[in-house]
Amino acid sequence: MLGTTFLLAIRSILRHKLRSFLTTLGIIIGVAAVVTISTLGQATTSAVQSNIASLGSNILQVRPGQGFGRGGGGPRPPDFDEADVEAIRDQIAGVTAVAPQAQSTATAIYNGANWSTTINGTTNAYFTVQPWPLVSGRTFSPEEEAAGKAVCIIGNTVRTNLFGGGEAVGSRFRIGNVSCDVIGTLSTRGQAGFGGDQDDVVIMPIKTVQRRFTGTRDIRLMLVGVNPAYDGAQVQQSLTQLLRERRNISGGKEDDFNIFDTAQISATITSTTTLLTTIVSAVAAISLLVGGIGIMNIMLVSVTERTREIGIRLAIGAVASEVLMQFLVEAVALSCLGGLIGLLIAQAAVAGLSIASDLPFLFVPQVNALAFGVSALIGVVFGYFPARRAASLNPIDALRHE
Amino acid sequence: MATDAPLIRLRGVTKSYGEGATQFQALKGVDLDIIAGDFVAVMGPSGSGKSTTMNILGCLDVPTDGTFLFRGHHVERLNRDQRALLRRNYLGFVFQGFNLLSRTTALENVELPLLYRGDAKAERRRASMAALEKVGLDKWWDHTPAELSGGQQQRVAIARAIVTNPDVLLADEPTGNLDSERSVEIMHLLTDLNRTSGITVLMVTHEPDMAAFARTVVHFKDGLVERIEANHAQGEVVE
Ligand SMILES: Nc1ncnc2c1ncn2[C@@H]1O[C@H](COP(=O)(O)OP(=O)(O)O)[C@@H](O)[C@H]1O
Ligand SMILES: [Mg+2]
Repeated sequence: MLGTTFLLAIRSILRHKLRSFLTTLGIIIGVAAVVTISTLGQATTSAVQSNIASLGSNILQVRPGQGFGRGGGGPRPPDFDEADVEAIRDQIAGVTAVAPQAQSTATAIYNGANWSTTINGTTNAYFTVQPWPLVSGRTFSPEEEAAGKAVCIIGNTVRTNLFGGGEAVGSRFRIGNVSCDVIGTLSTRGQAGFGGDQDDVVIMPIKTVQRRFTGTRDIRLMLVGVNPAYDGAQVQQSLTQLLRERRNISGGKEDDFNIFDTAQISATITSTTTLLTTIVSAVAAISLLVGGIGIMNIMLVSVTERTREIGIRLAIGAVASEVLMQFLVEAVALSCLGGLIGLLIAQAAVAGLSIASDLPFLFVPQVNALAFGVSALIGVVFGYFPARRAASLNPIDALRHE
Repeated sequence: MATDAPLIRLRGVTKSYGEGATQFQALKGVDLDIIAGDFVAVMGPSGSGKSTTMNILGCLDVPTDGTFLFRGHHVERLNRDQRALLRRNYLGFVFQGFNLLSRTTALENVELPLLYRGDAKAERRRASMAALEKVGLDKWWDHTPAELSGGQQQRVAIARAIVTNPDVLLADEPTGNLDSERSVEIMHLLTDLNRTSGITVLMVTHEPDMAAFARTVVHFKDGLVERIEANHAQGEVVE
């Protein structure tokens, strides 16, 4: 009997190609829309989150001046110096490390390859305040830092463009007027939170950069690592107090430096992405509902159309359960086919949009399973239950149905 | 079974539609005996309960009350699935409106009852082609209803009804949608099936010309059998 049922179901599907296609189409669109929308939503959320993570947490960025968009006129506030770095490190409880930074740009040349990049002068503390592992080589030795040797650790973008992605440690290349030995290469970090390729960098001892590139002993930026066990606000307050004293800022006068707390920023952005995730989930739920209603309609219309057919089958001697089994097989076959095509289309759409928009390509198994499951379930339920109602009629009533 | 025991016996069969104030009694206590091998024409004014009776006899509908014996068995006590098996194995129904499955070839339409009966493919083919041959449409086996004339569609429907070798062929105004020439062809076919295969034929018709083919004519009026007459002149029109 099962063979007969399958034969009848397949015949029926093939005979009514348009109807089968429309039924399948409803499910295809439902599944494809839901999966595409929610996957893109998740991709956006995870992109934002990885940007935040790449900022590093528990780091205070300290710069001269009154921060973004403030402190227009008047004399330019002085940069920091090495004594400031040491004072912060030694006098404030809860500070794990302080990495001074002096930046410049120059063109690097190796074996005919040219690459214009950022030079970042700092100390080994740079690798303590934030996790940024090397893939090969080592960090600076105390002598290299003290003497300002021409050694460098290079980011992945520089390695790709100068060394064709090959091993760079042990090689020597020219940067500006300096001939520089590569002692280490960094792991890939990706795009920065707010533009810029973090891997496009050559890191040298700060003394080297000050002497050979910037020409001053000034420090334009300090990264202060904060022990997570300490209260960040408390540390920030002590730091402000210390810098005001060292820079002779009295009583009512405003700070001539600013402290940018990445932990605080990332908390703000995290709450924004949580909201984004909620909105995306709501949109996905609505599209699942809309898709489901579309599928329901098509199945209901098709079964109403088919009540007379059910009457004919009953009249020539089919038992109700045989007719129902045929309808169930048809509904399952069309729903699963539609669901699978919908999933394929969704992956293609997500892949296309991720290439076009720099978002990562994601495959979220739960989203795919949920969309497929709900759509197929709706297809089967709404293909089956109206058929069950029709099959429970007296054959003559099913036949008379208009 | 004694030879004079009727194939079908209805006693006090009633059928009501609707409920309460709008209730309408279409059959008011029908008594009717059908002898095996008979060719019965059912006549009567519109609304007199002919179709209602045929649907009950064909197990497409159930009576509200009364007794329906088929070969001595109480049909009114059967459940849905048992009635379906009765239709499958002993009854064939021909409708005024043909009721073929659309987009389905003549052969596949005729084959359908055998599919539900579980016959093997070769046997289905053989029996279906034989039935199509009986109705003169074996050359049209791969045509769908849309590609066939009304008369041809009704002959496919007859082939579908007889493919299982039923005891009874029930036909509710089988010529109602056909012109007189096509109607006579169908009547010849039914007469032939009745004579050569011994199928009991029950046929509703409005037209005395068609009733003239029957051996027995049952007249309905107001939900009751009014009178039954033997048609001794049966077949005279044919010759
Ligand atoms: N499904 C139904 N619901 C309500 N009334 C019906 C139904 N079917 C038939 N009737 C009524 O029952 C009576 C007998 O109908 P029917 O047996 O079809 O008559 P006919 O002799 O013309 O075939 C008619 O008055 C008809 O209106
Ligand atoms: Mg009628």
